Amino acid sequence: MAFVAIADRDHEHALHDPETFIRKYIWSQDHKVIAIQYALVAIGIGLVALVMSVLMRLQLGFPDTFSLIAPQDYYQYITMHGMIMVIYLLTALFLGGFGNYLIPLMCGSRDMVFPYMNMLSFWFYLLAVLVLVAGLFVPGGPTGAGWTLYPPQAIAPGTPGHGWGIICMLASLGIFVVAFTMGGLNYVTTILQARCKGMTLMRMPLSVWGIFMATVLGLLAFPALFVSCVMMTLDHSLGTSFFMPAVAQMGGQTVHSGGSPLLFQHLFWFFGHPEVYIVALPAFGIVSDLLSTHARRNIFGYRMMVWAILAIGCLSFVVWAHHMYVSGMNPYFGFFFATTTLIIAVPTAIKVYNWILTLWKGDIHLTVPMLFAIGFIFTFINGGLTGLFLGNVTVDVPLSGTYFVVAHFHMVMGVSPIMVVFGAIYHWYPKITGRLLDDRLGRFHFWCTFIGTYSIYLPMHYLGILGVPRRYYAYSDAIDFISQNVHIANEWISISAVFVAAVQLVFLFNLAWSLKNGREAGPNPWRSTSLEWQTPDTPPKHGNWGKDLPVVYRWAYDYNVPGAPEDFVPQNVPPGDPRAGNAPAGRDHGVHH
Amino acid sequence: MVFAWALILLVIATLAFHFAALYGLFGDPWWFTEIASNWKTMDQTVNVTFWVTGLVFVIVNLFMAWTVVRYLHRKGRTEKAAYEPENKKLEWWLTIITSVGIAAMLAPGLAVWAKFVTPPADASIVEVVGQQWAWSYRFPGRDGELGASDMKLVTVDNPLGVDPNDPKGQDDVIVTTPEVHLPVGKDVKFLLRAKDVNHQFAVPQFRVKMDMVPGMVTHFWLTPTRTGEFDALCEQLCGVAHFAMRGRVVVEEQAKFEDWLGKQPTFAQTAAVAKGDADAGKAMFATCTACHGAEGQGNKELGAPKLAGQSGWYIARQLQSFKHGVRGANPNDKYGQQMAPMAQILADDAAVNNVVAYIASLPDTRPDASVGGNPERGAKLYATCSACHGDKAQGIWATNAPRLAGMSDWYMARQLENFRQGIRGTHRQDFHGAQMRSMARALKDEQSINDLLDYVHTL
Amino acid sequence: MSLTVAYAALATGIIVWLILVRKLSTKSWEAAPATAVDDEAPRWPAARVGLWVFLAVITSLFGLFVSAYYMRLSGHHGSGPATDWVQLSEPPVLWLNTVLLIAASVAMQAARRAVRTGGVERSKTSLMLGGLLTLAFLGGQLYAWAQVRESEFFSAINPAVAFFYLLTAVHGLHLVGGLYVWGRTLARIRREDVEVIDVRLSIELCSVYWHFLLLVWLGLFAVMLST
Repeated sequence: MAFVAIADRDHEHALHDPETFIRKYIWSQDHKVIAIQYALVAIGIGLVALVMSVLMRLQLGFPDTFSLIAPQDYYQYITMHGMIMVIYLLTALFLGGFGNYLIPLMCGSRDMVFPYMNMLSFWFYLLAVLVLVAGLFVPGGPTGAGWTLYPPQAIAPGTPGHGWGIICMLASLGIFVVAFTMGGLNYVTTILQARCKGMTLMRMPLSVWGIFMATVLGLLAFPALFVSCVMMTLDHSLGTSFFMPAVAQMGGQTVHSGGSPLLFQHLFWFFGHPEVYIVALPAFGIVSDLLSTHARRNIFGYRMMVWAILAIGCLSFVVWAHHMYVSGMNPYFGFFFATTTLIIAVPTAIKVYNWILTLWKGDIHLTVPMLFAIGFIFTFINGGLTGLFLGNVTVDVPLSGTYFVVAHFHMVMGVSPIMVVFGAIYHWYPKITGRLLDDRLGRFHFWCTFIGTYSIYLPMHYLGILGVPRRYYAYSDAIDFISQNVHIANEWISISAVFVAAVQLVFLFNLAWSLKNGREAGPNPWRSTSLEWQTPDTPPKHGNWGKDLPVVYRWAYDYNVPGAPEDFVPQNVPPGDPRAGNAPAGRDHGVHH
Repeated sequence: MVFAWALILLVIATLAFHFAALYGLFGDPWWFTEIASNWKTMDQTVNVTFWVTGLVFVIVNLFMAWTVVRYLHRKGRTEKAAYEPENKKLEWWLTIITSVGIAAMLAPGLAVWAKFVTPPADASIVEVVGQQWAWSYRFPGRDGELGASDMKLVTVDNPLGVDPNDPKGQDDVIVTTPEVHLPVGKDVKFLLRAKDVNHQFAVPQFRVKMDMVPGMVTHFWLTPTRTGEFDALCEQLCGVAHFAMRGRVVVEEQAKFEDWLGKQPTFAQTAAVAKGDADAGKAMFATCTACHGAEGQGNKELGAPKLAGQSGWYIARQLQSFKHGVRGANPNDKYGQQMAPMAQILADDAAVNNVVAYIASLPDTRPDASVGGNPERGAKLYATCSACHGDKAQGIWATNAPRLAGMSDWYMARQLENFRQGIRGTHRQDFHGAQMRSMARALKDEQSINDLLDYVHTL
Repeated sequence: MSLTVAYAALATGIIVWLILVRKLSTKSWEAAPATAVDDEAPRWPAARVGLWVFLAVITSLFGLFVSAYYMRLSGHHGSGPATDWVQLSEPPVLWLNTVLLIAASVAMQAARRAVRTGGVERSKTSLMLGGLLTLAFLGGQLYAWAQVRESEFFSAINPAVAFFYLLTAVHGLHLVGGLYVWGRTLARIRREDVEVIDVRLSIELCSVYWHFLLLVWLGLFAVMLST
């Protein structure tokens, strides 16, 4: 039974242009507006978490000075900071923000395939954020159980927010999973079904591959978070015993019995490990495009890059218990998970090599996006290598629970992906707004952030090696091996943290100021090949492509093609067109086999 | 160019920092603590990992820096970027070399782990029980076996929940202070239990550690290789006082260890402690009335706090602490020094229990407030304290926290200040005092103390 | 747990395979053969792809719940099988409910076949029947809940009871979601100016969803019966 081809149906069911202000910018089904809505909310809540981290660092660096931070507050901050940054900022920004904006444009479609559900996904996300923030105002305050929310302590007295706070958190996460599923169905289906003519999967830019795989991971892994949240809510509110064993708490017995705290950990980390790749894979994809555009060179080893993304995605489901080496689980599992974890390092390393080999023999323009891209590589090498310590079960044992872990995950989650976020914003801002961000402010922002974050986290690794435990409000002099050096290091780290946080104000100013005063960018200021730069209007109008959808004839990396007049050939340039030069699309240009 | 130099300098700075830390060039050492167990192989695996990753870090980053220099776009540069979609040979070589490096790190890791998962059959057993927020221990006693235990059996007299009906448990040695001793050179397997939430028993010098999970018994093993005193830390977030949950492991010669072990009570002995006799206690309390008042209501001028209404186990412990110089020995502790000889008058544990029993019979009247502050701010500050002391500051025996409500506020103010300044709580054997020291330091100034106590007065 | 791992690995594996079928090993920088530019055979409509992806998500969800079920059933290492798992005797109404759900699936399938052969009226009836039978199923589930509540087994800390309510609730909620789509489809099919082609896809997807949830129910029922 023949179905009408998508492209034609597209014309039949053309998206009607929204008329009113409300339909255009508030209840909008346009993926670009939804993307910006996601990004603004994510950055907003991210700033809240940033302030919390500054408060935490003030306590750690200057423990006797700041009276506004009591132990209760401290644990609430680390929990909210962690959860917001991982889920509500990074996941929402990379997938809801960049995913929404880039996928239809890079794939040559008019919008996502389910625009109404896409719009709903944003509003559910906003609801999730509001419920989370409500936790700050409920009796008892927000939960202070650590972002990992381990039972029994997450719902036990003795932990801040064990009453209403944890409920707000669990409800918020449940709503987020619903939002994510709605968005994720859109991203996956659009990529599979709505690519324009000629856009085969292997002609897609790596940004799309990264976001695609991340979405698949999320769709399969977020249910684990959902399951654990539902079950913990029941344990908390209805007295069930999924996770809660019999305990003697505060001198009294609880109603629960027989539950397994480890069951929660398995479920949580079954979600939690793919989650970090949900953050990392879009970053990997996007940085590939930043590097190739600004080095005027095809991405090196495109096929390996795609396979590596897929391999990392698949493998990410079988490594989760490396977060549980000292959890009390069956120690024999350590053999299996250490092996899988170190195996996943191989495709990741290949990606790093290929990024650098993209620069090699390139024509490197050190634009602000390129600075951030190279900054990503440097910090990711550091963070990825320390992951090899923690993935190897024997090495993990002395280091787990120390600042080595904190330094590692901030490097790979907080520094490297944020480098990509900044680079991507500087790169695509001209597409979104038609103007360039100020270059000098951008360079200042880059140098301060890059050097600043490195100076925060490098010393932190060594605190961990010494054995300084994490999640401690303060280190009294009663601990013998914690010397004066540790306190000095903490001061240094805190000062650097405050500095880096303050510098982000420059970036925010730049974002706002350049909207009106930035240099006009034209349609393709970076002379990039991918489709999003080839729209008839900048910023792209509703429907993206005007009357006719684009047709693609080549992959996304035809930079410096021998025989072409310019150093780039956009994807929609047909063979025979003068811009393709005398080398038609895809002739073997001395490729090594 | 600047950028390339920045990358190179960062690599050099990282290496410099690493070696400075490793060789202690920062003054105090900034490397793994000196190992005190048989797990040297863990340190060796770490070193292998550092070498492999360090090499990669240096080579790859320097190569990247070189690339940025060599292929930088400069004005007038005519060299074009090379069009090279892939190079299968190079990519496969890089994959193979990486895999070799990975295997080089994984192999020793798994080999050492194989030792970790197989505790020696003849290792001696020590049970560690974690609770919010203290450690207790249990030795198997003469029969070499631990008795059964159950959370449902935990009471103030049986804090470890040992089953009194199990004959194997009768000779178990119970250690309720957070300090445990071990004989040097003997394999020991730690069995770990938790009463309420997840904890983790970690001694950095031992390298090995493991969570304890309520409802399960977990384990790890080691052989202590040198004598010394080592901090035991909790490294699994267990609530608001996680950072104040401290213990100590003392490794000593076999003879001294047996000496120490002999001094600890067995489970049977703890169960057989006689209840205090209030009548006998009345006679002993006569001496105390001079300062504390006939009804134990306290006397501010003489610096003697109200005793009536205070938890008996707390008074007993303070008396023991004064007796043994754990509390009140600090030269700046004027009133504490007065208490020490008073406590000596009580000749033995029975005398202490008698006095405590008598105090429990005294009427409990609320004293007037003498400390003023902002109770709303105090309420916020009290949130942390409530975790141990209770929402109504009624005191909780399970967390070793005495009653605060309705007691002498000027006395509590002085104690908090003493904790903050280290006048109380710094004695090596004063674990609960050390814990309070950590908590009291969260109150950064006198105003905070006043606000807090004003709020406690309302409870 | 291994169940879900296997599922996740399989799911990602399938995705990888599907993509390989679409030739992941093409050297996309080379000239594509002329025919390939016109890409593949007529594509599936987006809604169908979206539904199948969603079914993968739901499978993951139930797979994880069932994994949790088995892990909780077996207790945890070192302490033997869970001693507080008191087997629940399933209320007999569940058998009736199962029959109702099977009938609902049959009706949905009939609706799908009918609309394929152009019998809009017949498909309208079958569609309505499918929805009503589902409502009856849900009513029966609520009745089963009440029966368990009154039974001697009822106790919050008995995980068998907790899982019974949890699994049936999650399954039921998914059916409710399906009923929402069913309602909208029914409304559309009743309009005078309905285009068969528009409704055909919706009915097809409804029937797929119903068959899937039937399979899920059969799986859950079997798991609960056997433990």
